[in-house]
Parts: sequence; structure tokens; C-alpha cells
Amino acid sequence: MAMDLSKASFRGYKRENGRIGVRNHVIILPVDDLSNAAAEAVAHNIKGALALPHPYGRLQFGADLELFFRTLVGTGSNPNVAAVVVIGIEEGWTQRVVDGIAKTGKPVSGFGIELHGDHDTIMRASRAAKESLQWASGLRREERPLADLWVSTKCGESDTTSGCGANPTVGNAFDKLYPQGVTLVFGETTELTGGEQLVAARCRTPEIRDRFMFMFNRYQDLVNRHKTDDLSESQPTKGNIAGGLTTIEEKALGNIQKIGRKCVVDGVIDKGEAPTGPGLWFMDSSSAAAEMVTLCAASGYVVHFFPTGQGNVIGNPILPVIKLCANPRTVRTMSEHIDVDVSGLLRREMTPDQAGDALLDMMFQTANGRLTSAEALGHREFVLTRLYESA
Amino acid sequence: MIHFVVHDENDSVGVVVVEGVKSGDTLSGWIMDQDKEITLKAKGDIPIGHKLAIRALDNKSTVIKYGVDIGRAVAPIQVGEHAHVHNIKTKRW
Repeated sequence: MAMDLSKASFRGYKRENGRIGVRNHVIILPVDDLSNAAAEAVAHNIKGALALPHPYGRLQFGADLELFFRTLVGTGSNPNVAAVVVIGIEEGWTQRVVDGIAKTGKPVSGFGIELHGDHDTIMRASRAAKESLQWASGLRREERPLADLWVSTKCGESDTTSGCGANPTVGNAFDKLYPQGVTLVFGETTELTGGEQLVAARCRTPEIRDRFMFMFNRYQDLVNRHKTDDLSESQPTKGNIAGGLTTIEEKALGNIQKIGRKCVVDGVIDKGEAPTGPGLWFMDSSSAAAEMVTLCAASGYVVHFFPTGQGNVIGNPILPVIKLCANPRTVRTMSEHIDVDVSGLLRREMTPDQAGDALLDMMFQTANGRLTSAEALGHREFVLTRLYESA
Repeated sequence: MIHFVVHDENDSVGVVVVEGVKSGDTLSGWIMDQDKEITLKAKGDIPIGHKLAIRALDNKSTVIKYGVDIGRAVAPIQVGEHAHVHNIKTKRW
């Protein structure tokens, strides 16, 4: 008997723009590589504030720059974030990030380092971070309907057990969440290669199908332009191959199990864009775990399903990553990373419905505040996707 | 006990889901979509997660898994033989 979700709810933080978060972070967001030191100093001063250092933000241009701003603004705007302190080397781009996040109505302040230096910036930003942290600590969770939850998925260090166990478990859960009006997303554009027609056939309208195939072909062109061989050891990865996956087509067919058997693709978004309604969205995205999960967070997703075979250990600073695994060897050797063990599926000791319900049970626990393994272990991979070289 | 699983009865390959499969072992397989069982003998040691052929494949023939084309054989593959990057390649890229 599958879980009845029709009256299901969770306890989350209602933000100023109506979105619901399941975490209550105050983040110190550097605009550029030069501001990481100040951001980390502020997070060191103010216990509980979280710095998100990254290596980019200088001399980017064109579509790559737009994606950069979209990712930073999206991260700050995510409802798992209560308030933001932005620090940049100069005030122009700093203010651009502040203004983008301010549209959500949440508290956000910005500090430029030039004409001040690190010391003065750290002092002023620390004062703002302390105020924000104390304010955020007074916020309380409230009961919200399941439809207010946004759930993303991406798999990593997949092996053949991903395709027969962990990924179909996500698919089972997605098939149950979809009719409840939950906002879902999948992506990993290159990792649909060999199964793209199956995804195209699941698109709700011809326009959505065309948009999906445009994104798919755009990424294929990129691969064909830069490849020097058949990509073996990159896609599939060395770890995928060690786990028994042989070709990109095989990996893709396993990957596609994550969108279940009933969900329809209701829309297509570019990297880090926010979906505009409930349903299943496809996001054009890298298949590298930290890049894709960072983009899901920037798009506004608040809980992530991450099936793994060989044991990818990824986390994200603001998006709780729930790991599930069907490979009994990985569950045994890397148990501290696995939130949901579905290896019973491959011994016929667990049905797909039971596995899906076990994942959903962990989803509700996580949404209500339980820390994931990745959160407890301090995995905070914040990895921005780049499109090309800086100017 | 299940030693390997197969997605669809028309597939060319199955996936070993237990550790320690040795050459000559008799293996029980579960075909998930049709809920059937099959038995075959391993021709070689096969690590957990790796594939074995459940039907004979000629060189250059298409390999089927999930009922779908996942690449081409680049050597003949016998029933029960380890099927991986040494004898299967992508048709893409």
C-alpha cells in the first residue's frame, strides 16, 4: 500500500515572497574570488552564518556573466536562505547582486571592499550578519501543504545498480509527488544521450518538446566541438566504468529512470532559471554533481534527491541533499554518506513502492529539519557553472 | 537468491548484484519487467555491478538493455561472459 500524500504537509519557513524554505541559513555571499577572505572572516566572527566561497566573478561577459549573476542571485533568493550579506571587491556588481536578491523581500545588505579594505569591510559586514542571524533565529516553522515543496534530483557516481534500484526509487517518489502539485526538476543534458527520444516523448506539448531538443542538441554540439575521443572516462566517468557502466547510452537510460513512469515534462528552463509553476521541469545543465546541484539551489529548489551507485559524497551549502543507494557494497563501505538504503530492491526484499515510500519518508523528515548525512558531514560544494573563458 | 538482474526479457545483458561471482558459478537471474527467473553459468569472474551477456552477441551487433540500444559489440560475446568496455562501445560521440 503506497503512502497517501493527498493530505500530507511539512513544517517550513514562510519567506516574504510566499516561498517556503526548509532551512534557515544566513549566508555571506562573495561576488568574486577576491572577496572570499572577507566573507569567510565574517562567517568566522558570526557563529552560524555561512560563507559561500567560489573562484569566479571577474571579467566574465555575455551569457556566461548572465548565468553567473543568475546563479548568485538565485542562491541568495532561495527560500532556504533567511537573509544575505553580499561582499564584492567593488560596489557596482555587489549592488547588482543585492538588488536581485532584494526582489524576494528578504533582508540583504552589500559591502564593497575598495576604498575600505578587508578590515573595515569585515567589521561592517559582521555587524550586519549578526543582526540578520539573530533576527532569523527568531523565525518559526509553520505547517505547509506538500505542494509548497520544490524537489530536485540528480544522480552521481552512478553504476548499474543506480539504473535498477536507486534511480527507479526516485522515479517512484516523483510519480507520487507529481499529482500533488509539487514542483520537480531533473536535468543533466549530456546524460540523456541515447535516451533523448524517450524524454522528448514525455514532453507535454510540441513546443516543450522543441525546446527540450534545442537544449539537448545545443549540448551535443558543444561536446562535438571540443571532444578529442569518445569521452570514455569523462562521460561515463572512470567511477561509472568501475561500477560496470559501459556506454553513455546505458548511463542515460539508467538516469532517465529518475523521472518515473507517469510524470510529464511540463516545461524547460535554462541553467539556474526559476520554474513558473508546479509539475516536472527539465533544466539544461551540466552532469557534474556539484554544478547541477548548485544550479538546482539557484533555481529555488529546497530538497534534493541524489541517488548514487559507487558513492558520490556531494552536499550543498543551502540545499539538503538526500542520498540513496542500491549497491550493497557501497551501503556497507560508505554508510555514513547514505540516507536511504534501497539495496533490498535487488534482493527482492523490498518493492519499488516500499523503496519510494522510504525516500518520501526521509524527504518529510529532512524538510521538517532533520540534517542529511551530507549536512552532518559538512559537505558544502558550491560550484558555479562556467560557459567559457573570461575576457 | 538473485545473482543478477535483467530489466527486460529482450535485453542482451544482465547486471551482477552480488559480490564474488566466479567463473563457472551457476547464477540465478531475475527479469524485472516480466518478473521471470533464468539461470546461466558465469564464463569468467564478474564484479558486482558489471554486466554479463544473457544471449550470444556477434561482433558489431547492437547491445540491448532496458529494451533499448546501449551500444555495439566490438567482439563476439558468449552467454555468461563479462560484457563491458573491452567488448562494447558507444554508438554516439
